[in-house]
This record gives sequence, structure tokens and C-alpha cells, in this order.
Amino acid sequence: MKARAALTPEQVLAALDDVKDPEIPVLSIVEMGLVARVEVDAGVVRVWLTPTFAGCPAVSVMQADAERRLRDLGAVEAVVALTYDPPWNSNRISPDGRRKLRDFGLAPPPRHAGLGDVVSLLVAECPFCGSSDTRLESAFGPTLCRALYYCHACRQAFEQFKPL
Amino acid sequence: MTNLDAAVLKPLLFSLADDEVVIGHRNAEWTGHGPLLEADIAFSSMAQDELGHAQAYYALLHELGEPEPDRLAFLRSASAFRCAQLVELPRGDWAFSLIRQCLYDAAEGERLAALARSRFTPLAQAARKFAGEEKYHWLHARTWVEQLGRADDGRGRLQQALEQVYPYALGLFEPAEAEAELVALGVKPAEAELEQAWRERLTPVLAAAGLTLPAAAPIYGGRRGQHTPHLAALLNDMQLVFRSDPEAVW
Repeated sequence: MKARAALTPEQVLAALDDVKDPEIPVLSIVEMGLVARVEVDAGVVRVWLTPTFAGCPAVSVMQADAERRLRDLGAVEAVVALTYDPPWNSNRISPDGRRKLRDFGLAPPPRHAGLGDVVSLLVAECPFCGSSDTRLESAFGPTLCRALYYCHACRQAFEQFKPL
Repeated sequence: MTNLDAAVLKPLLFSLADDEVVIGHRNAEWTGHGPLLEADIAFSSMAQDELGHAQAYYALLHELGEPEPDRLAFLRSASAFRCAQLVELPRGDWAFSLIRQCLYDAAEGERLAALARSRFTPLAQAARKFAGEEKYHWLHARTWVEQLGRADDGRGRLQQALEQVYPYALGLFEPAEAEAELVALGVKPAEAELEQAWRERLTPVLAAAGLTLPAAAPIYGGRRGQHTPHLAALLNDMQLVFRSDPEAVW
């Protein structure tokens, strides 16, 4: 039988760590820095996600997955809404998240101060060989959050999660 | 700030949303048709960003009492749209779409930077969010225009497209309904101010590509619901499926 005792924000965050981004399935929404706010009032859980890109088609999937996971946790009511406050930026990806991105073959976004300039897009470290001798091929890739690069050192194409 | 009059805000939100949904639809017409794979992906991705922004603006309208975002995009007729005529023009050749996108992105960049300080807080938050995404659109436009401007053929086509599209681009700055009130309330900057910032952003980029801004009078009307026949044709395509069964669950 599922617990109906009051949930804590820590339990909620731990449960949300099971919800993955369907486009990068190795990363949870917590590691991505998508969770902007959590409110728990007895069994009622409200969560606000701050999307990476406004047009990201995976957002509604993650919302539904998160609501399902919170109900499984024992929430009487679970509402997962979207917010742009604060706006998501790529510095919100956790250190674990950055490591998992690299293991997945995606270069993590360079850290930046503030909104970041597009110049930071020109810098990418190859996730395969670690070289910085790389070239931006296209600011747009297979998903909104990825850019395409070529590594001169190991002569492989690779993708970077865009700095935002 | 929540005590702003919805009736004053709505035409502004419709102009923002309709610009985005219509240019997004036009850019999506390049999916599978770009001259290079990267060009194809870029226009498709920008279309996706723009549709995302349109959806968010329509969601703000929904919060102010309008129908749901899908119904706003797919059930209104051309005369209800408040987009500038620039965005409804057919995609033309790639030079035309590129120049249109360059002029549009420069305008959007300036508009979002200013709206990030709007006293209508939900709009300011959305603008701050979208500004981060738009910098990639501007990078795309700038890079391609500079590269194509290096060869006579490319420069000639871009200049020709620029002459065609420029009067329509000026129409992006047609004063909004209730312009004076919106400016006085601190919801938006004056269009004339945006147009000036737009010109300053564009001029060096076009000059580096050997292009010159033509002198032309603006083509207004879009913000008042006056459109070219191209918009009705576009909406016919875009809305066909939704209108066939508006209550369908996807």
C-alpha cells in the first residue's frame, strides 16, 4: 500500500530524478536543471519546470511523466506546470548531468556568466578525444538544444548541448 | 504587474504570436527543401522555436480570457490575424527567405531585449527566455549573409531580395493598437525607437556583405488585419487538418 503520509520536498526531488528527458534519456529532469520550484502541501504536490527551449517537444512528455511519478510516490494530487521564471540556462545542468552528457557522446555546454554570448558556441571540446581543435558546423542540430561540430584531431563529427 | 487592462494587452500579444506562428509556418516550408542539409535543419529548427514562442504568447492570451492556443492558431480567419505582411509573403527562393529572416531576426532581437523590461511581468519573463534562443537565429542570419555577400552572384540575389522585402520589413514597426497607452504604461517601447535600434543592428552586417538598405516607404496594415492574399492561402493550408475536426484529441 502506498504511503499517504505528508511528502517532503526532498522525497519529491528524489522521485523527479527518475524522470528522464526522452531526447537525452540518460539525464533526469533534476540533473538538467529543469525543476524551478517545488511546493508540498500535505499530499498535494506542485512542481514548476523551466523548459530548455520554448519549442521543445519533449516538455509535455516530461510534464506527464513527472505527474505520473508523483502520483506513484503517493501524492493525492500532482500538478506539474511550466514557468519561465527563472529562465532555464545551461549552467543549471548539474556536474553529474555534465558527466552523463559527455558519456552519452554529447559535449556539455561551456559554462558562462550571464546569458552568454554566441561566441561561447564556437568553443567545444570533443567528447570522444577531448581535443579543443574543433569547428562549429551548424548552430542547429537534430534537436533544438544541440549544435553540430567537427573534431580535427579525431576527425569525427559530434554534437554539443548548446550554451544558453 | 497584474492590474493591466486585458483589452489593451491583447492586440499586442496577438501581433507577437501571429508574427511567430506565420513566419514559423513559412520557415517550416523549407523542411526537406533546403539547398544544404544544414540550411534545411536551420530553417526547420528556427520554425520550431518560432512555433514554441507563438504557443507561449497564445497561452498568455488564454490566461487573459481568450480561447486555448490551438484554437487561436487554427480557427481564426486572416482578417483576425495581426501579423505584419512581411511574414506571410511566400518563401520565394532561399536568398529571399534568408534576407527576410535576417530582417525579422534583427527586429525580434531588439523587440525581445526591450520587452524583457516590460511592466507586464509574464511578457517580460517570456521575452527574457526567448532572447536566449533568438541569438542563434541572429548568428545564423549574420553568418550566411556575410558568406553569400562575398560572391557577386550571392550578393546580387541578396540585394534583389532586400529591395523586394524591405518595405514589408518596415511594416514590422507599424504602431500597435493602443500604442501610446502601452508605451505610457511601460508595457512596450515605442515602435519608432525599435525601428531605429533595428537599423543600427542591421546596417553594419549588411554593409559587411556589400549590401545597402534601400530607401522605401513602409507597407502597413498587417497590425490592423489588412493582409495580402498570401495569408489566407497559408492559413488554408495550416488550418485544414484542425478545422476538419476541432474537437479531435491528438
